[in-house]
Amino acid sequence: MDKIKFATVWLAGCSGCHMSFLDLDEWLIDLAAAVDVVFSPVGCDLKTYPEGVDVCLVEGAIANQENLELIYDVRRKTKLLISFGDCAVTANVPAMRNMLGSSSAVLKRAYLELGDVTPQLPDEPGIVPELLDRVVPVHEVVPVDIFMPGCPPSADRIRATLEPLLKGEMPVMEGRSMIKFG
Amino acid sequence: MSVKTLTIDGTAIAIEEGATILQAAKEAGVPIPTLCHLEGVSDVGACRLCLVEVKGINKLLPACVTEVAEGMNIQTNTEKLQTYRRMTVELLFAEGNHVCSVCVANNNCELQDVAVQVGMDHSRFTYRFPDRGVDISHKQFGIDHNRCILCTRCVRVCDEVEGAHVWDVAQRGAACYIVSGLNQPWGEVDACTSCGKCVDACPTGAIFRKGDTTAEKVGDRAKLEFLVTAREQQQWTR
Amino acid sequence: MDWAELLEIAETEKHRQRGIRVHCCTSTGCRAANSLDVMRNMQNAVEDANLGDRVEVVGVGCMGFCGRGPLVQVDPEELLYEEVTPETASSIIDALHGGEATPIQGDVHHPFFSRQMKIVRQHSGKLDPERIEDYIAAGGYQGLYKALYDLTPADVVDEITRSGLRGRGGGGYPTGLKWATVGKMPGDQKYVICNGDEGDPGAFMDRSVLESDPHLILEGMAIAGYAIGANHGYIYVRAEYPLAIQRLQKAIQQAKKYGLLGSQIFDSAFDFKIDIRIGAGAFVCGEETALIHSIEGARGNPRPRPPYPAESGLWHCPTLINNVETLANISAIIKGGADWYAGIGTETSKGTKIFALTGKIRNNGLIEVPMGITLREIVEEMGGGVPDGMVKAVQTGGPSGGCIPATLLDTPVDYDSLMKVGSMMGSGGMVVMDHETSMVEVARFYMEFCRGETCGKCVPCRTGTVQLYSLLNKLVNRQATQADLDTMEALCYMVKETSLCGLGMTAPNPVLSTLRYFKEEYDALLQTPAYLNGHSVQSDAIASSVSP
Repeated sequence: MDKIKFATVWLAGCSGCHMSFLDLDEWLIDLAAAVDVVFSPVGCDLKTYPEGVDVCLVEGAIANQENLELIYDVRRKTKLLISFGDCAVTANVPAMRNMLGSSSAVLKRAYLELGDVTPQLPDEPGIVPELLDRVVPVHEVVPVDIFMPGCPPSADRIRATLEPLLKGEMPVMEGRSMIKFG
Repeated sequence: MSVKTLTIDGTAIAIEEGATILQAAKEAGVPIPTLCHLEGVSDVGACRLCLVEVKGINKLLPACVTEVAEGMNIQTNTEKLQTYRRMTVELLFAEGNHVCSVCVANNNCELQDVAVQVGMDHSRFTYRFPDRGVDISHKQFGIDHNRCILCTRCVRVCDEVEGAHVWDVAQRGAACYIVSGLNQPWGEVDACTSCGKCVDACPTGAIFRKGDTTAEKVGDRAKLEFLVTAREQQQWTR
Repeated sequence: MDWAELLEIAETEKHRQRGIRVHCCTSTGCRAANSLDVMRNMQNAVEDANLGDRVEVVGVGCMGFCGRGPLVQVDPEELLYEEVTPETASSIIDALHGGEATPIQGDVHHPFFSRQMKIVRQHSGKLDPERIEDYIAAGGYQGLYKALYDLTPADVVDEITRSGLRGRGGGGYPTGLKWATVGKMPGDQKYVICNGDEGDPGAFMDRSVLESDPHLILEGMAIAGYAIGANHGYIYVRAEYPLAIQRLQKAIQQAKKYGLLGSQIFDSAFDFKIDIRIGAGAFVCGEETALIHSIEGARGNPRPRPPYPAESGLWHCPTLINNVETLANISAIIKGGADWYAGIGTETSKGTKIFALTGKIRNNGLIEVPMGITLREIVEEMGGGVPDGMVKAVQTGGPSGGCIPATLLDTPVDYDSLMKVGSMMGSGGMVVMDHETSMVEVARFYMEFCRGETCGKCVPCRTGTVQLYSLLNKLVNRQATQADLDTMEALCYMVKETSLCGLGMTAPNPVLSTLRYFKEEYDALLQTPAYLNGHSVQSDAIASSVSP
């Protein structure tokens, strides 16, 4: 029988969740034996999200047009989508810019008001993805199957989430060890 | 003083007349989540987390302010209550700007604990991202309104235990905020004795000691209860 | 003051009054349409024509047909003039001595008037609210005298109980039971509070009563004070009702002067004083515990009940809180007797109810109708139906009520029937909606109101209303999905069941009632989630998908 097709994506986040994923250490070897890693910023170098993915860990919030297009693609091609870490679940730190209002207010603050040498707005259509007005958690734009909070989720929590899935079971996301934010 | 007998989640319990359902539940070892309740100050029944079902009464009752009655049959954890509690916590998280990872109270926050307790792993409700301020004009403490859940524990502890009434609530609805003095910067409020009880009373990281950084705030909540029993029962050690 | 003196004042006043009384509405609505100028011009015309000995122009309270104001009625002929302007005003006087009146003449036999039954509004539009003598001439304060001299406090409570009167503020709690509870509470100090913090959008029944007949409220409160053993009353009126406040102040002064308020009323052992407290504009202060906090000088936040105000209210004393309209019924019940009152209305709802009939309807205004009349009679016969088109729904109960669809127009207006169809009597707002009205937008309007008016104390009401409003907004803007609709419905029930006070408990009602009767309008606004556009999602059979 085919192995589970496993993917991870990195949207608006600090990659800390992926770092924590690497903290799985030797269990990564067990995981590698059980799954085919078909897409991941830390596992392979594909540019296009493939069809027929079984499980995908999504790190990060939805902050720009590229995040949005990718998450639509991920949702369409993935059976089980996991919001991986606080940015995916709550929009977390990336969303702190929402308090400023729209994206233009953020850009103005970052590139004009705080720009020290040559203040100018980044504008490269087709190359630099446009910011969305509001950073939102993943489940605000696509349905999410499992929520794994944490900033980052500890390796233990990641393992406790993935291990049952390998056996065809749903993990129980309950209790401090599994769902505490932060 | 007479004693009332009642059942909580099927467990029979006897407790003195005048006790609240919350006290009875505590004695019976039944955990009921709370946020606005704080031992040592009056109860306001505002957070609605401690709502329970009482057989024969067709509305949900707040355990913190409802007195026990003879023969009460109380359910504290029905499916409906679980659903509503989870929604309440989701609403709270969506209302303010609660970023646990960068909060002074991370790992020592009652809002965070309650989220775990009610099994809230995400909020279905849209995050509001309100534009709220931070006041660090006080020389020892600060208040970050982004993390405030308006439980009014600071208001009550300052009024009832310290007797200074520095805090109160201003505005209404979503615009509500905790106000110091006559809407002055905290540091300019003469009534403040800098006792720090509000810091200990605050369930989240909203009121904090200056200098504390992420996950460093440890609120000493038992201190308030101790102060009250010390005054009432002359027990000066703990 | 004794009985003979009271009758003498009445006689003197009747003698003073002229044979022809030209009543000009000086309530807020008609005032806004220039009725004070209308009145002045008519007074000048009377003077110019030297008619002063047989004609008097009297500034009176509300006549009810507010949509056609300023209103002038010549009595006893019952000639009603509508939309009178300062220019056309004098012609009404001319008509009294051979001229012709130019303003539109109204039909006082139209169902709008003829189907009404006026108990609370019996003097409204007939007497000068600023003259106590006018009220006394109409039989005023006789109910108080009767209560003090013919009845014991317990008799008064019994009379109110047997009348079947229920609270007119919306809840419909039996008034007699409330009085009996406060009456039986131990304690020397008790209070009577008149709740005049009317705040439902589109509702102005209480304002009209206060402006048109302030003494009726004072008399009702004094009787209540006697019945429950209170000697101090407060009228809580919102600051947005300056004319009502001004007239109440005047009325209290006049009543004090005549010994009808203050010490030893009617030379009896009963003392009763009334103070006015002015609300600062918070809708939630209509909730009784919030109102009490506001009178005490604190923030107008509700608190959990029990204890109910009857047990521990104003300054922790037993307190009776009744709505304006409830208290306006008291004098009539004492004078007419419980049996008479109980003969009006239905099995469970007695007496009459005032409604502010507004919206997409021909005849706007205030009507007082007997309980049990159907919505159809009110809307189609009295209101004259929708100008162009069909009735789609009738909203009653304001932000706490619901929308009743046209198919249920035969529902009788009583507490229980309205509750059964998912709305409520409420304080008396009645908004008629036609086929062009979007029910989702109606629900959003009321939620916006509640979102702005919640005090912010309890979580579900403070932030649940914000989320409900945002979900309704999403729907109206055609951005919502089925999942949003499901979340919204679940949140409605949560806010309803977990909120601390009536504001939150009823805030979802406009949404729930429109979901119940107009679900298709919600469904029509739903969108397919964006990620699904043109693509299909793989099977969501999760367990099977991940099994190796």
